[in-house]
Amino acid sequence: MRHADVLSAGGGQAAVQLAASLRQGRFAGSIMIINDEPGLPCQRPPLSKAYLLGQIDEAALPLRPESFFAAQSIELLASTRVTAIDRAAQRVALSSGESIGYGHLALATGARNREIPGMAGALGLRTLADARVLRDALGTARSVAIIGAGFIGLEFAAVAAARGLAVTVIEAAPRALLRGVSAPMAEALVARHRAWGSRLLFGSAAETVMADLVLVAIGVIPNTELAEAAGLACANGIVVDATLLTADPAISAMGDCASFPTGSGRVRLESVQNAADHARCIAERLLGRPAPYAKVPWFWSDQGALKLQIAGLATGHDQTVIRGDADSDALSVFCFAGDRLLAVESLNRPAEHMAARALLARPHGLTPAQAADPGIDLRSV
Amino acid sequence: MPSITYIEHNGTKHTVDVPVGSSVMRGAVDNNIPGIDADCGGECACATCHVHVDAAWLAATGARTAQEETMLSFANGTEDDSRLSCQIDVTPALDGLIVRMPAGQH
Ligand SMILES: Cc1cc2nc3c(=O)[nH]c(=O)nc-3n(C[C@H](O)[C@H](O)[C@H](O)COP(=O)(O)OP(=O)(O)OC[C@H]3O[C@@H](n4cnc5c(N)ncnc54)[C@H](O)[C@@H]3O)c2cc1C
Ligand code: FES
Repeated sequence: MRHADVLSAGGGQAAVQLAASLRQGRFAGSIMIINDEPGLPCQRPPLSKAYLLGQIDEAALPLRPESFFAAQSIELLASTRVTAIDRAAQRVALSSGESIGYGHLALATGARNREIPGMAGALGLRTLADARVLRDALGTARSVAIIGAGFIGLEFAAVAAARGLAVTVIEAAPRALLRGVSAPMAEALVARHRAWGSRLLFGSAAETVMADLVLVAIGVIPNTELAEAAGLACANGIVVDATLLTADPAISAMGDCASFPTGSGRVRLESVQNAADHARCIAERLLGRPAPYAKVPWFWSDQGALKLQIAGLATGHDQTVIRGDADSDALSVFCFAGDRLLAVESLNRPAEHMAARALLARPHGLTPAQAADPGIDLRSV
Repeated sequence: MPSITYIEHNGTKHTVDVPVGSSVMRGAVDNNIPGIDADCGGECACATCHVHVDAAWLAATGARTAQEETMLSFANGTEDDSRLSCQIDVTPALDGLIVRMPAGQH
């Protein structure tokens, strides 16, 4: 039986970062990544942006080139699924029939798209294979209906509008990005999409929408089945402690599939930053320098000419302060719970985003009054 | 292929060949050189690919873009020679380029 000192089940952003960080830290053991997708692990952000716009081709998508895996002696088994974990024996079973022993197992299985049962012919966007289908479809379709006004739905809407399609976005919730951003930021984004000619429908208004192409973008389900079958606790994600370990000291979880504790409860995040910083935290632990995970979350989303950057988590805010003009393409929304700054959402205001990342890393950030005073330079707070 | 030397904050030097058309950031990431995180993959959205360009190479690497300028003005440890390495395209004229990494990217 083959053995890997560190084995990742799932081979996306988190798994590749873990392997890279271990080697940067001079980890001398064997590293293996098992991924059910074919080929090299890809960056996902361009799949809903530059790749669909035809601005970059597939060669630009891999997270690392083939030569990286060879030079760093990281074994990548593509088109292969981990089908079961035997915790007592510390080994995993693969779809190829092989079993592989592990010293440490990192669960990095990511998430999959939520589907609408019975909606034949609808497309989704998660993988390169999905994006290829959509890129072709965009070439012939004249109209698109997008179900879900989350980040992926709105990014796709921006691409489709830029490519001249008639766009309708249908969202069951009363507004866009209900879980993603504050109400003022959602309003600002929706206003821009409408200015580009897209229709956005919210709530339960009854109407029939005809379209050549239907994209379902109603969120994801974390891939926790493998962990659950192995008896590990899962609740909207694989449950880990502050150091990203499961209840089994030989198994960590990271990225989109992991539910981890923060000062304001458990969260499961879907972002490149979260996947990469989780992986770095686990690498440090495996290199003998354990520390709790404590990074300020940040995220970006490009929609047409709009560059949205978010620092922190706005969940639970009860007050917002706006810098810039809410009716313009450039504003920041500061989200507070009482006097405590939780998050800053910046649209085409990269300076405030960068300042927010520094402010949120400190125990005493910014007060609402300071946020409201445009004369206050955030660097000097 | 242009050869680029990356010097870690602790002084460790890495000299690698980077294809024309790639970026100075990709050269580091593809060769797993520590000190450049590049979390946004080159979108100029994260500022975790900050480098200091060697004085002799400042002219050859060109000027900062507007977005880059703003990101850098709020990043830690920014100096006159600071660039976001994802915004420096590799050209034959950059053969021999030397960049230094800051103490941290976060
Ligand atoms: C279209 C799109 C655009 C995005 N844009 C942005 C953006 O602009 N900014 C941002 O911050 N984030 C963005 N994200 C989110 C970001 O890409 C994810 O949060 C990140 O990829 C998560 O990394 P991960 O390693 O946890 O999961 P993934 O990258 O999804 O990797 C998990 C991999 O494991 C595989 N797998 C699952 N189960 C098994 C198994 N049992 N055996 C083997 N393999 C398995 C999966 O198929 C997958 O390939 C975007 C996501 C998508 C889909
Ligand atoms: S890689 Fe993110 S700004 Fe350069």
